[in-house]
Amino acid sequence: MGTTSPGENLLATPTGRTQRGAPGPPGATGNAFGWLFWLAVLCELASLARALLFTPIEAHQGAAQKILYIHAAAAFTALYLAFALMAITSVLYLWLGDPKLDRVAASAAEVGLAFTTVVLITGPLWGKPIWGTWWSGDARLTATLFLWLIILGYLILRQAVEDRALRGRYSAVLAILAGLLVPFIHLTVYLFRTMHPQPIMLKPSAPSMPAEMFRTFVLSFGASALLFVALLRARYRLAVSADALDTSHQGPA
Amino acid sequence: MNAPLASPPSSREDILTTGTSAPAGDAPDVRRHPHTLAAAWIIARKDLAVEVRTRSAFLSAAVFTVLAAAIFFYTWDPTAVPAVDLAPGVVWVIFTFSGMLGLHRSFAGELSDRAIDALLGAPISREGIFLGKALANLIFVLAVQLVAVPAVLLFYNVDIGWTGAAMLAGITVLAAIGLVIVGTLFSAMAVNTRLAELLLPVITLPFLVPVVTAAAQATVVIMNGRPIAGAVAWVRLLAAFDLVFVVACTLAYPFTIER
Repeated sequence: MGTTSPGENLLATPTGRTQRGAPGPPGATGNAFGWLFWLAVLCELASLARALLFTPIEAHQGAAQKILYIHAAAAFTALYLAFALMAITSVLYLWLGDPKLDRVAASAAEVGLAFTTVVLITGPLWGKPIWGTWWSGDARLTATLFLWLIILGYLILRQAVEDRALRGRYSAVLAILAGLLVPFIHLTVYLFRTMHPQPIMLKPSAPSMPAEMFRTFVLSFGASALLFVALLRARYRLAVSADALDTSHQGPA
Repeated sequence: MNAPLASPPSSREDILTTGTSAPAGDAPDVRRHPHTLAAAWIIARKDLAVEVRTRSAFLSAAVFTVLAAAIFFYTWDPTAVPAVDLAPGVVWVIFTFSGMLGLHRSFAGELSDRAIDALLGAPISREGIFLGKALANLIFVLAVQLVAVPAVLLFYNVDIGWTGAAMLAGITVLAAIGLVIVGTLFSAMAVNTRLAELLLPVITLPFLVPVVTAAAQATVVIMNGRPIAGAVAWVRLLAAFDLVFVVACTLAYPFTIER
């Protein structure tokens, strides 16, 4: 923000936006989403249409199995994209100290939380007709719930630290330790009895499902990943604006 | 303590030899740079001395554990659930919450008069400070468990014999290391946040899931008198957790210091 002249200090609030050259007025968050978001929404709708209308119904589970096209795709996105990105950028942040990395980590956490919420909502919706219960004491469910709580704790921690550099370091430390915790939660899951289905696609041998279903799964994974990228981009832009606003507020004071 | 803080960025040897204020009794060690573990022991002794002289945290934690054991006892229907099925859970729930009680104090105590600045300015490694704090917390948590576990065994009338007691003690030590190492790091972070002690359980408890699950499962084996082989995997998990997080948290601590 060193480019602003002293006279602009009185009008400090909008500088973050004008400097970024965003076309919309301040407060118009619609611009932050952009074309990528709408493309992702389109792909998501297309994958849902394919899953619901053009993919055969599974013989044992019936229509309920279609929930898994959303459930598994969201779980994959949250675990392997959002939280992996969060852990990697956190390590890099502690190493390099670049605030961009902290913003990416925070954005990935927030979007990842949204996807994990989808996992936790769609899981019981499937569980009720198939297992006969909304929520079982199953280890993998519990593990996901705890992961969700860790991310929530991470976001609460971010809210509670005023200083930006300190906030970045604290949340990076928490994210890295959370990354180390995940294998232990998995080990606990394996040692505990679990009734959650074992992996069908991401396993050493070939995926054991009909080609049509497999293609639908791949499409829904792709759509979910694209939606993640679009939301991450929007959330990152919001973080940039928030930091700029923060700096312009702190500047005169 | 001003000398190390005010001195220019010279080497640590310089700071030490130009004469820091030395405690009167330790004359031969004045010019020696304390090793990380030696520094940890000094810090732990200081924290424990404060606790022994005030006893405020220990008494409240001990009273809490007995109260918790009593409350669990009166919510229990002995005709529906056998004692050995319930007691392991009660032991580890009390362990978790009583363990969290003393953690915040660990670094919050250093905030008054900015005592933490003197600690950080002392010619000892940051890792030494962290390990010392963790060691003091470990001894505190284990002392509280010496009250908590017998209280639960007494209330639920569970007889585990001397061998069982020794194994339960071993599991408690392993679990306490896991709780304390993560909790101490997060307490160093939480004191510098707006939420302070409110934040500590929110970020610490998820990390205790593998610790408490493993410890409780191993305790089930001991309390039911089943073959020890059933507990081996859980004990290994506990040991691995301790190893990974002792290293990770010690390395992470320097990043949590306010600059």
